Amino acid sequence: MSQALALLRGHTILALILLLAVFVLGIEIARPGTVTPLWISNALLFAAPLAILGAGQTLVMLTGGIDLSVASVATGSAYILATNAASGDGVALALALSLGLIVGIVNGLGVAVLRVQPLVMTLGTGLMVGGAMTVYSQYMLASQPHVPPVIQTLGAGKILGLVPVDLFLWAVIAALMLFALQRTGFGRLLYAIGDNREACHLAGVRVWRVLFVDYVLCALLAAIAGLVLVGGTNAADLSLADVYLLPSVACVIIGGTSIFGGRGGYSGTIVGALILTVLTSILTLLDVPEPVKQILYGAIILSLAAAYARLTE
Amino acid sequence: MSSDGKLLLRVTGVAKRFGSVIALRSAALELSAGEIHALMGANGAGKSTLVKVITGEFPADAGEIAVAGDVTVFRSPAEARRSGIVSVYQDPALVPDLTIAQNMRLARVPLEAVRGVMGDLGIERLDLSRRAREIDYPHLRLIDLSRALAAKPRILILDEITAALPADLTERVFAVVRDWRRRGHSVIFISHRMAEVAALADRATILRDGVTVGVTSTRDAQKTRDAQKMRDAEEQIVNMMLGAEVAKAAAEPAQRPRHDGARQGPPALEVRDLAYGHALSGVSFRLGAGEILGVAALEGQGQQELFDCIAGIRRAAAGEIRANGRALELRHPADAIRAGLVLVPANRLHALLPQRSVRENVALASFGRLGAWGPIAMGAERKRVESAVERLQIDRRASSEVRRLSGGNQQKVVIARWLAAGFRTLLCFDPTRGIDIGTKRQIYALLREVAAQGASVLLFTSELPEIRLACDRAIVLFAGRISGEMQASEADEARLLRAAHGLTAHERAPEPA
Amino acid sequence: MRAAGVLRGDSIPRSLSRHGRAAGMPLLFLASILATLAIHRDFGAFDVQSLALGALPLAMAATAQAIVVISGGIDLSVGSMIAVANVLSASLMQHASFRQSLALAVLVLVLGAAQGAINGVLIVLSRIPDIVVTLTTGFIWGGVALLILERPGGGAPSGFLDIGAGADLSPFLPNALILLIVAVGVIWLPVRSSRLGLSLYATGSDPVAAFRSGVDPRLARILAYGLGGIFCAIGGVALTMTTGIGAPLAGAYYTLSSVAAVVIGGVSLNGGRGGVLGPILAALLLTLLPMDLIFLNIDPNYGQVIQGTLIVLVVMVGGFAAFLQGRS
Repeated sequence: MSQALALLRGHTILALILLLAVFVLGIEIARPGTVTPLWISNALLFAAPLAILGAGQTLVMLTGGIDLSVASVATGSAYILATNAASGDGVALALALSLGLIVGIVNGLGVAVLRVQPLVMTLGTGLMVGGAMTVYSQYMLASQPHVPPVIQTLGAGKILGLVPVDLFLWAVIAALMLFALQRTGFGRLLYAIGDNREACHLAGVRVWRVLFVDYVLCALLAAIAGLVLVGGTNAADLSLADVYLLPSVACVIIGGTSIFGGRGGYSGTIVGALILTVLTSILTLLDVPEPVKQILYGAIILSLAAAYARLTE
Repeated sequence: MSSDGKLLLRVTGVAKRFGSVIALRSAALELSAGEIHALMGANGAGKSTLVKVITGEFPADAGEIAVAGDVTVFRSPAEARRSGIVSVYQDPALVPDLTIAQNMRLARVPLEAVRGVMGDLGIERLDLSRRAREIDYPHLRLIDLSRALAAKPRILILDEITAALPADLTERVFAVVRDWRRRGHSVIFISHRMAEVAALADRATILRDGVTVGVTSTRDAQKTRDAQKMRDAEEQIVNMMLGAEVAKAAAEPAQRPRHDGARQGPPALEVRDLAYGHALSGVSFRLGAGEILGVAALEGQGQQELFDCIAGIRRAAAGEIRANGRALELRHPADAIRAGLVLVPANRLHALLPQRSVRENVALASFGRLGAWGPIAMGAERKRVESAVERLQIDRRASSEVRRLSGGNQQKVVIARWLAAGFRTLLCFDPTRGIDIGTKRQIYALLREVAAQGASVLLFTSELPEIRLACDRAIVLFAGRISGEMQASEADEARLLRAAHGLTAHERAPEPA
Repeated sequence: MRAAGVLRGDSIPRSLSRHGRAAGMPLLFLASILATLAIHRDFGAFDVQSLALGALPLAMAATAQAIVVISGGIDLSVGSMIAVANVLSASLMQHASFRQSLALAVLVLVLGAAQGAINGVLIVLSRIPDIVVTLTTGFIWGGVALLILERPGGGAPSGFLDIGAGADLSPFLPNALILLIVAVGVIWLPVRSSRLGLSLYATGSDPVAAFRSGVDPRLARILAYGLGGIFCAIGGVALTMTTGIGAPLAGAYYTLSSVAAVVIGGVSLNGGRGGVLGPILAALLLTLLPMDLIFLNIDPNYGQVIQGTLIVLVVMVGGFAAFLQGRS
């Protein structure tokens, strides 16, 4: 028993995968016949946008930061895409992503250059984007928002009816994330800055450059996640990604990335996103009212985070 | 070894570990009523940890603490205070954002009593409505001391109270402490300065690597102030602190070829009329290729600012820094590193990534350039790191997180970083602070080695005898100016000390208090 | 030598930097009042009353957030706690008499304190960072609010609703403002001036030094969250008083806005510094802005944009000042 515990301590990712397996097994035992290839396919489909948001959040949390504007950016990019679809897919896509770019640059300037606390900075930009979208929607009442078919395929399509299309996008992002964090100088610097910013400065690193790029990447990933989301729902509204703010942070924390920075990685976030998606699915199966689901969801996230803190102490 | 007073505090077999680091193995201490008891030991011997265990800041893993015969476990410093045990810790226990008066109220100490003690210490004019944040370190310690005394403790613990204290204030502190003893109370006094211990303490307990290795009486030396007796007591304590063999080895001068000082070409580092705020003015010196130049100074004479300016951490207000004949514009440590000037800071935690591996720590400096953000050549990196790690004989047992390494090994990791990255001049700021004697010798041997290969070293050390052991030449800083320059062979402690006090060769250095 | 520097009184620049942030907020508020008068010459007693009434819940949220931030934490569940108090009071008071409604209000405050204390206990025991815990409990309390009242509804006796409206003492001293002053004066000021208040500031400033001075930092943190819970509950009851109903989703606005008010109000997010006056003035300011926009015939939806911009500008100006200081 204690040996098993020691093994899990050494390889926390194993503990996470084990937990995921327990969750899936729990569903199958409670409702035999639920876990089918289609169910798995759907779980992956829904996990992808969360995991992409989580990718950005992982990048900033490794440096000891946090981005609370990701939900607004995702919503904003989705809404801009849908309202500009008439101008052509390319233009709409470029406009949607440029929102991410702009917010990322503003966040980066504040956090990296002016050393504003990430929490406050991204809270402020999140409010700005949210408000700007509300104002923008007043002018767009006339035009009928619609989601381009390409994006619908990206967010909801399945190859052979089984392999979700967004899985491919996620796989590419995951591969880039894993490679960048482990095998590139940029990735090393993210860990290093999160662990000791002063030491990086003394070692000749211009810390602000790294952080600036980091926040831009996070906002861009949020914008991409927004596109996948709106492709899935096929309806752009101004609260599209609101519910994703907590999960985007929670999947990173559960995945073992320290909010103080310097420790963790994207593989944990992937499993964290899957765990949260399966958890949602379990709660859907339970025959309880929506508010109770919400309470249970929060309570389970809190216990998981607490258990993880104990395990790695 | 009982004293004449009754036993007030008895510590036996106390052990404490933090993760993999063992701070105390088996510490023992006996304190009698009405004595000043010195607690001594090298850096990292466990003195401060013992104090924190005694005052309940954290619990001991093993062992027993008895106050006036009763075994007690304090769960917080407040509980210890209620039993009459109060400590003045090394980092002041005053809340930075509260005023001094508020701090006193927080600790439930009457302001009038504090004012009285402050009067005895000669700091009664200090404004009590100022925030602790705005007060400098030495005065903060004195306020902390005033607060401790105002609580009328039976046992007062002073953890290096005299560090960074000017001489006149040190005398006042001593007077107050002696007065406390006269009233029948006891004091545990921690200090590195042998002279202070001999002047003040009745007995001394010596810790080495978390174990109490001996107790010795210093009363004769203290009462008679006889020079020979003081030296004897000192000898005995040093031997216990270091272990007899190491103490002998430490006293041996290093054998090495000295730098001839007459090499051709421009100096590796040349500083001209450097000024920085009130801290530095008109500092000029040259450091030749292959030379080790020592910097000696008392606490706070501008040495920190000097090193920071050369390393690109602070920007000099005036003056010029040249490397290999080229004038430098240093705005960022990266500029200094590019010019081959690299820093090993005193506090290695400033330079290290505690949660990352030895490899990532050593390789960090290679990612300074934008061009290095891309894929890492893992094989080449491993080779480079391995060779530096091997050259420094870094312990590899806990290489996945450098916070698990010992202090000496951590310092080696910082140096290994620069060996791997390459440099021309190593700026070592007190690199051996808090490091055991064995590692210390290794580090000095390495400095010699790099100098022999043509690199230069600028070395500040707070331990004056080391200048003679490790350097070719030395400069002395006093009040931000160079007050002396000499060859290492002439740099005996007395001469260095005179210059460090800003005295010329004819004046006598003040007697150590 | 050194002693001279310590014994000298505050120099003018230092005194400015020490009080600069604290003085900034009243000035900003004054300026915005003047601007409002310039925009809207008829700005009179009625507008002052509606401003005070409209700002009451946010002012309470800002006070709650300020207390938590001062003691070194942050509470992202403020909005949900306000929502819980709002729907709880609205559903309990719906058929109550005026006297009963007052007793019920006290009950809601007690529950609010318990709710806040739960946040604090979870943070202290789990050792998970405040942000994560309160982000999650915010989610949980949000569920609780929905459980109490699924959709907007409930109510309160008209006598209760009238407490905050009008101005009984003087036309420019609206009842809502008096409520605000009483709430802060009765609950926070006694705490602040006691050793307890010092222990909150001490814990936010330096927990180790606080511990050595005889404070239990864990207790202090739980207490701070508990006090925050009370003020959130007052905010929720005030929301019932001003809107007449309970709305389970109405709280969402207050989480972000309370942090905004704290930041604009000059409380350092590092803890240990600041007070509740700045955040309360900032809350009034944040309520005044959308009113001004209406006077100017601008879409009030710009309010949120302006609020976000204001946060970003305030913190960036602070950062820029530090940046310049670091250069010199």
